[in-house]
Formats: sequence, structure tokens, C-alpha cells
Amino acid sequence: MAVKVSMTVNGKAVSHEVEERTLLVNFIRETLKLTGTHVGCDTAQCGACTVLMDGKAIKCCNMVAMQAEGANITTIEGVAKADGTLHPMQQAFKEHHGLQCGFCTPGMVISAIDLVKNYPNPTEEQIREQLEGNLCRCTGYHNIVKAIKAASTDKNVTVVGG
Amino acid sequence: MYAFQYRKAKSADDAVSALAADGDAKILAGGQSLVAAMKLRLAQPSALIDLGTIADLRYVKVSATEVTIGAMTTHAAVAASSELKKAIPALAALAGDIGDRQVRNMGTCGGSIANNDPAADYPAACQGLGATIITNKRKISADDFFKDLYETALDAGEIITAVSFPIPKRAAYMKFKHPASRFALVGVFVAEAADGPRVAVTGAGPGVFRVKNMEQALAKKFAPESVASIKVPADNLNADMHAQADYRAHLVTVMAKRAVEKALK
Repeated sequence: MAVKVSMTVNGKAVSHEVEERTLLVNFIRETLKLTGTHVGCDTAQCGACTVLMDGKAIKCCNMVAMQAEGANITTIEGVAKADGTLHPMQQAFKEHHGLQCGFCTPGMVISAIDLVKNYPNPTEEQIREQLEGNLCRCTGYHNIVKAIKAASTDKNVTVVGG
Repeated sequence: MYAFQYRKAKSADDAVSALAADGDAKILAGGQSLVAAMKLRLAQPSALIDLGTIADLRYVKVSATEVTIGAMTTHAAVAASSELKKAIPALAALAGDIGDRQVRNMGTCGGSIANNDPAADYPAACQGLGATIITNKRKISADDFFKDLYETALDAGEIITAVSFPIPKRAAYMKFKHPASRFALVGVFVAEAADGPRVAVTGAGPGVFRVKNMEQALAKKFAPESVASIKVPADNLNADMHAQADYRAHLVTVMAKRAVEKALK
């Protein structure tokens, strides 16, 4: 059976028919064609599927799309400015080379934005501890931590899109 | 995932009547365990009744003697409550150390308690603090609530609406984390409560349990050395590739000792 689900994704209102069991990550990737949100482990451990729901980082492989009915979702495609200027967190990941293969990066960036919102000016220890829900299988954590630390001082780091 | 019907509950009463109409339906709280189980086809509910938009089930209320947490309050909200951090810092810390940040933004207090995962953290806090589970029909003592592996005292059609925790004199929770899942391999919640010391263990057995001889020793003297030489029998404890039963039994003593130390700090 199909149900209608409506939400705001990266500032745009979207509404589609889905199956009740459609996961939010599949709605984002397959229905909306926003493939920046990745499916890594598909068991809510790796964090590659992290998106912001009403400003909070969540793992969208572990919820059905209907749970996000009426919510405001931000994916990696929605964090930069409309003119293409990178988000301060993206810029910091670029400058500090906070990636190796890049598969975990969209989830890392989104998770990091939520991290600095909750821990303004975090210590390295806090960053490592709070990054527990994001796995980098290249084990490239050092530069990811450096990037988050560097971006945390930017006054616009918690602002997405625009 | 098997197919199911989805319904958004408007209120706790609405959820109760939807559940009464369909015996194979399940309540969806944050879904951090249920959706994962459904993806693995370990659960096949006919319908999900989602409590996600019921705002009046999300709160932390602190009085002079107890803290009451609405069933749909997320772990992140519990961990961030400044009032709770003052009243029962051990409970705020426990909520802040469940799973990871993303899971804490979805997972709920009531969901964790109703699921009764044998390695979940909240059951230890419930028994360790002598909490009362409040449902749509009655109040259940935490000592009577957790029955067995994923089994609770909840009747069919009964849902948790809140949990109240008496404020102890002091308390602490220590967990030895599973290296991958971050669930408790063994977690021990210790409290010096109004009715005496309480020691509750999660992760070690088929469900949360209290260690009465540790409680008696702590009643004489609330100090780490009181529990340091008390061993729990390994007979009924969990054994798997991560830890043998005798290792878990050993960890109960070690974690209890550390929890008492932490509570006294």
C-alpha cells in the first residue's frame, strides 16, 4: 500500500507516494535522487547516512520516511550556499584533507555540524568522543578531527544552506 | 522489511485504542531498536503506531524528591537537561552515553525501557534508583517491571507514558562497553537511595538484576571496599564470543567498585 509523505528537504517542500516501509534514506536517495547521503553499514552504526532532521543529526537508514513527515531535513547537498560557496565545515574538510576515499565524508560533515552546535569550541577529546557514531574505514580520523576543530571557530559553522 | 501499516498517533489514548484494535501492531517510539529489528526481519508487526509527534510525552520534570521523564523524551534531551544534571547527574550521564549522538537524538527513554534489551542502560537506572514505570493504566515498580529477555510486565495494549525516578543521595553508573556496539557488556548502577543502597546490573544476565549482598554491605558502609570482594555467581550469566560468563561475573564486581568510587566523588 502506498502512503503520501511530505517534508521539507534542503529548503524545498517535497511530497511523494511511498510504501510505509520505505526508509528515509531510500526516499532521499531513490525518490529525491539526492545521492550524497550514503548507505554504508545499513545497520545504524557507520553514520554515512547522517542527515539533519529539524536541526539534529540522525541516521536516516534506521527510520522510515513516514517518521520524518512534516520535518525539515538537510542533506549534504543542502549545506553549501546556493551560489556554491562551501559550508565552513566542508571548507575545513577540504583544507585539512579530512577524507581519504570520501565515502564517509557526507555523514562526517553533517554530524560535525551538529557536533559543534552542541559543543561550541570542542576539545580534541570531545570531538573524538562525540564522533563515535561515524566510522571512517580508511581510519583517516586525525585530519577529520583537525578539520572539525578548525571549523568550530567559524561563526557561521552552524548555519546551513542560504 | 516486511510490509506493515503506518499510523501516527495523535495522543497516548489514541495509540492505546489503535493498539487495542490490532493485536499484532507495535508502538513505534524512536525506532532505534525496532526499525533495526524489522530491517533484519526479526520483527513483523502488522502496523506501527508512531508516538513521534505527541509533544506532551516529551518532558523532564524535577521536583524536590523525584524526576519524571516523559516516555518520548530522547536520550539527548535527558542528557542535556540542566535541572536533571543537578538532581540526578548519574542519570543524565547515563543517557548521554547511550549508543552515539545520532542514536541519542532519536532513541527514547520509554522505548528503551519497553524494549528491555538485556544490555540496555536505562533498566539499570530504573532498578538502581527504584523507579516507577507509569503506563496508561497503572504504576509499576521497576523491581517488578523487567521480566526476562525483551520481556516486561506490560500487558497487551498497555503503553508507558512516563517514568519517575526518586532523587538519591548519590549515584553513579559505570559501564564496560562492548567495543563495537557500545552496549553494556556489563553496566552497574549504584545509588544511595532514601530506602538504602541499591545495586543494579545490566548486560551480564538475561535481564537487569539487583545484587542484594552488595546492597547489604553498602548499607553498613557506603565505600568501594565494601563491594570489592563480593562476587556474583556466573551460573546464569550471558556467555558469547565477546565475554565468557565468569568474565562478566568478574566485571560486575569491578564495575560496582568503580561506580561506588564515582558516586562518592
